[in-house]
Amino acid sequence: MAAEIRNYTLNFGPQHPAAHGVLRLVLELDGEVVERADPHIGLLHRATEKLAESKTFIQSLPYMDRLDYVSMMSNEHAYCMAIEKLLGLEVPLRAQYIRVMFDEITRILNHLMWVGAHGLDCGAMTIFLYAFREREDLMDCYEAVSGARMHAAYYRPGGVYRDLPDEMPQYQASKVRNAKAIEELNKNRQGSMLDFLEDFTNRFPTYVDEYETLLTDNRIWKQRTVGIGVVDADRAKALGFSGAMLRGSGVEWDLRKTQPYEVYDQLDFDIPVGKTGDCYDRYLVRIEEMRQSNRIIKQCIAWLRANPGPVITDNHKVAPPSREAMKANMEELIHHFKLFTEGMHVPEGEAYAAVEHPKGEFGIYLVSDGANKPYRLKIRAPGYVHLSALDEMARGHMISDVVAIIGTQDIVFGEIDR
Amino acid sequence: MANKLEVLQTALTTILGEDKIQSLKQALNEVTLEVPAAHWAEVALTLRDHPELRFEQLVDACGMDYSDYQEGAWTGLRFAVVYHLLSFTHNVRLRVRVFCADDSFPLINSVVDVWPAINWFEREAFDLFGIVFQGHPDLRRILTDYGFVGHPFRKDFPVSGYVEMRYDPEQARVVYQPVTIEPREITPRIIREENYGGC
Repeated sequence: MAAEIRNYTLNFGPQHPAAHGVLRLVLELDGEVVERADPHIGLLHRATEKLAESKTFIQSLPYMDRLDYVSMMSNEHAYCMAIEKLLGLEVPLRAQYIRVMFDEITRILNHLMWVGAHGLDCGAMTIFLYAFREREDLMDCYEAVSGARMHAAYYRPGGVYRDLPDEMPQYQASKVRNAKAIEELNKNRQGSMLDFLEDFTNRFPTYVDEYETLLTDNRIWKQRTVGIGVVDADRAKALGFSGAMLRGSGVEWDLRKTQPYEVYDQLDFDIPVGKTGDCYDRYLVRIEEMRQSNRIIKQCIAWLRANPGPVITDNHKVAPPSREAMKANMEELIHHFKLFTEGMHVPEGEAYAAVEHPKGEFGIYLVSDGANKPYRLKIRAPGYVHLSALDEMARGHMISDVVAIIGTQDIVFGEIDR
Repeated sequence: MANKLEVLQTALTTILGEDKIQSLKQALNEVTLEVPAAHWAEVALTLRDHPELRFEQLVDACGMDYSDYQEGAWTGLRFAVVYHLLSFTHNVRLRVRVFCADDSFPLINSVVDVWPAINWFEREAFDLFGIVFQGHPDLRRILTDYGFVGHPFRKDFPVSGYVEMRYDPEQARVVYQPVTIEPREITPRIIREENYGGC
């Protein structure tokens, strides 16, 4: 009797650990080969865009952190830039440098998360632990400026919420750590936040070397990633790819270089570009991006040390006045009251602002009809477009390769489902 | 930058011609083109393939519901789709707005053959606004729940929705019921007259 050949339909996720959150994937299989991949998304849909329509401009800002919850400040950046564009608002130079510095910290945070999770998906356990060790230091920087380790709400229209702190929070003695261990932990926390960050940037290149010894020439890693999910340059453009997904396919395109915003045109950094457009190339691109981000952070630290100044606009229709001014001056008191009850009014118009987010081009399309709330907010999430190409990328590959492709797309459901 | 946009504007006027351009504006360093829905499929191809335009990538597309714009001051058509295009060759962006001719049944040509990236964006606009894209190969809901009724991003759809979900211990399953929360607005939506407060 001839063997009966049947196609299988496999439901992958939404609770599968390699689904990176809440991806439900319906796979049509011929044996172990994928014939069609149909992602079902929306399980984390919170209608952020609709909610923003009923909130004032400043009230919607913390929602931005919760979109792509591994690169929080980059999301805020695009949102603030869209508002500033409509208002025609000038951001103080120091705030621009702080934003760029934190964008790059965010990029490293994101790529560390990505390299750890992607490694884990493909069977490399160790890298995950190393990546999270470094994330801890960077999250401490987040905490030092904003008080929150993740959902910072630090960028504001017109600048950033406050200046960089002069001291880093320190570990306290506890039951599990004696004084000597505490002293060791606090060694690089004696100075300002910039000192702490500089110490990190000096250590970080060797850490990246460590990751590379674990993965770059690792035979298993290469077997899992080389030649998997190949997308050529023209197809990548047509499919709407951006960021590392586009550069991995050999397109030299980075908004920080091609359409520079803030102070990126004054900083010295390179754009890594891949060749073949497979998972391995995208891995190499992201690893190099971490090194370049480190370079940018160093330049920002040097500039910020030398140039004190205001970090938020003095237009009190947009940013609140200082506490002292508010308590001593009637005019400022009125501004303060109006800003926190009614919010700012953004002139009628529409604007699209995009930043080079760690995952690709993250854009905010904002339509205002002159009210204190947006008329329409559209979030252009890079992961949404990348995931829509999953079907094409996974076709003809094995099930295990689908996991590698999901990993390489750097998917986070907060931004895809919005 | 500004110069580049001037070049783009002249190129668009000469290439597309008068009848295919509803309006062409430049504001805040962005060019906005409005195209009549009847010509959209044809214009999309020109935008992508003409050597002076070369908009290779569709960055974003979203539905729009103008019914509540400036608290009812809007007199034009209700639904539109807004596309954001990017040209790698010329390093320039373009916004295209296409209004749907019929307010009660918004219908527009799909451009999924021109830019494959639009596939999910069109599904999203269908899901959230109920705009139907003619020629789309797979127009299913994408973000809302299986079996969802209505188009939640329309302005007449309440933020709290119509139904809520809870676990019913008697039936031992999840059930839908009408929403129990009261809609409330803490900060009212206000449009101030011009020069309010001297600014």
